[in-house]
Amino acid sequence: MSAAENEVAAGRGSARAVAVASFIGRFLVIAITTYLGLLAVTFFIGRVIPIDPVLAVLGDRAPLNVVERTRREMGLDLPLIEQFYIYVKNALNGDFGTSVLTTNPVMTDIRRAFPATIELATLGTLIGSVIGVPLGVLAAVKRGSLIDQIVRVIGLIGYSVPIFWIGLLGLVLFYAKLQWVAFPARLDVVYEYTFTPITGFYLLDAAMQGQWDVFYDAYRHIVLPASLLGYFSLAYISRMTRSFMLNELSQEYIVAARAKGLSETRIIWGHALRNAAVPMVTVIALSYAGLLEGSVLTETVFSWPGIGLYITNSLQNADMNAVLGGTIVIGSVFIGINLLSDLLYKLLDPRTKTG
Amino acid sequence: MSDATGTLLEVDDLRVDFPTRTGLVQAVRGVSFSLGRERLGIVGESGSGKSQTGRAIMGLTPPQALVSAKKLALDGIDLLAMPARQRRALRGKRIAMILQDPKYSLDPVMSIGRQIVETLRTHEKVSKGEARERALAMLEAVQIRDPARVFDLHPHEVSGGMGQRAMIAMMLIAGPELMIADEPTSALDVTVQLDVLGILDRLVSERGMGLIFISHDLRLVASFCDRVIVMYAGKVVEQLKASELREAQHPYTRGLLNCMPKIGYERHPLPVLDRKPEWAA
Repeated sequence: MSAAENEVAAGRGSARAVAVASFIGRFLVIAITTYLGLLAVTFFIGRVIPIDPVLAVLGDRAPLNVVERTRREMGLDLPLIEQFYIYVKNALNGDFGTSVLTTNPVMTDIRRAFPATIELATLGTLIGSVIGVPLGVLAAVKRGSLIDQIVRVIGLIGYSVPIFWIGLLGLVLFYAKLQWVAFPARLDVVYEYTFTPITGFYLLDAAMQGQWDVFYDAYRHIVLPASLLGYFSLAYISRMTRSFMLNELSQEYIVAARAKGLSETRIIWGHALRNAAVPMVTVIALSYAGLLEGSVLTETVFSWPGIGLYITNSLQNADMNAVLGGTIVIGSVFIGINLLSDLLYKLLDPRTKTG
Repeated sequence: MSDATGTLLEVDDLRVDFPTRTGLVQAVRGVSFSLGRERLGIVGESGSGKSQTGRAIMGLTPPQALVSAKKLALDGIDLLAMPARQRRALRGKRIAMILQDPKYSLDPVMSIGRQIVETLRTHEKVSKGEARERALAMLEAVQIRDPARVFDLHPHEVSGGMGQRAMIAMMLIAGPELMIADEPTSALDVTVQLDVLGILDRLVSERGMGLIFISHDLRLVASFCDRVIVMYAGKVVEQLKASELREAQHPYTRGLLNCMPKIGYERHPLPVLDRKPEWAA
């Protein structure tokens, strides 16, 4: 590169730095406002639902003076605005109170449950995109062919079959009959007490500690639920990829690419998919966020101690601290993923940078 | 056809049919012409088959279309008989095509420079650095003032005129002998049209290329081309020298000419094109 070109590149570099800084600035403003809104809504829900938090702690046989004292101790006699202030302050410190059900701080419970869900959802989304995107591309390119029909049927089944049913069938076949996978849990009982997780992602933890027997065991436990979640996101992702690809393949720049003499492979993967990737980011991000909410049914069928199972159990026991805490954490993750997909969008589509 | 330069393209009885649910749609019905290293205009109204003729020569008709011809040969090579792979190798290398609107015909997420380099590197084994140099030279040849800057721009960052110049650069870089320009200026502002046409004209004559200029603009074609083919309902109704357009015989051509407004004359009611079924027969 010549000196002049270097100068141009450096000029562009500093312009880019400014753009990135302003983007991060906006990113933070949006994140903080949304997060405050989330806190306000959860606070409001916590106050209007007909569950008396004092009653939930003491039970309905406590003497009246104890009830009064506890109410004061919990700060429920303060003005609403002051209660909200305390609520926000605690939430920002990661303090969502104590779970009545488990008697742990809600945050401790979530720290244990959420990685389980993240691990499952990440694997599921990976499987869904790695298989779903090429399938969708293939279906679009060979529109109307047998492959297209097969992908359509795969997608249709994924849309319409309830996950708990196919999950139970999977367990009957792969666990009970074939013994290819392990029983519903995250680890075998043997490892449950000998293995100390670091991050909470068991596959990662086991690999980091070099405990390959644990890794293999964790893999045998996660492979079936992850594949099922992967299948369901694949159904969605492949359909969306197909329709985005059909749209791109009918554009004039595809004709121009053919007129240049490019190979079909290059046209499909280098031009059409590259353009279709822009809206695909949103699709995959939303599907991932959906899985992170905790697929309650999957986690129930596979006894997966994730956030979905945790919130459902808490809800059934009127454990409002846990429910609201879980909601806030999931909401925050949603905000994060949305902003991240915005960022990716900008990286993939040059039109959004200046427009 | 001039014998001095030889025949570049021969088209004899070209037909393009589209099978549809309601029957066969015949878009092109027996078009014949031959082309040397000259500028041939094809004019006609929408649906006259002029664009489909161009795409059939390129081999870019939609997959469901049926293309047949007694002869479709580039420089003596039968285009219809050759395998798809060889046909593809010809595209961009020996025959190229400029499309109507650079807003849609350039890939929006790829920089202009990379799109030009892509054509070159598809057809020639050149290093990245050399490809860049040649793309910059090509951008300069289409009169883009700051090639190094435009190289890194994306299509949405340039004007229509500049986009169409980039399109010309992208299609000319591998040195084709035949260029099919399908309404290359229809999407541009009138003031830019002549600039782009001038550039196209200069490059085509400098390189001794053949040009097929597809347009609905009779006046533009007459001033820009050597010969003109007038198409109606998939057929050639008249073929004549551009300079003799005024003396056209066919009533359809005369009708088209009659529709052109003249400065200083007010006409009421406006003339309407006469369409007789026997012309399409």
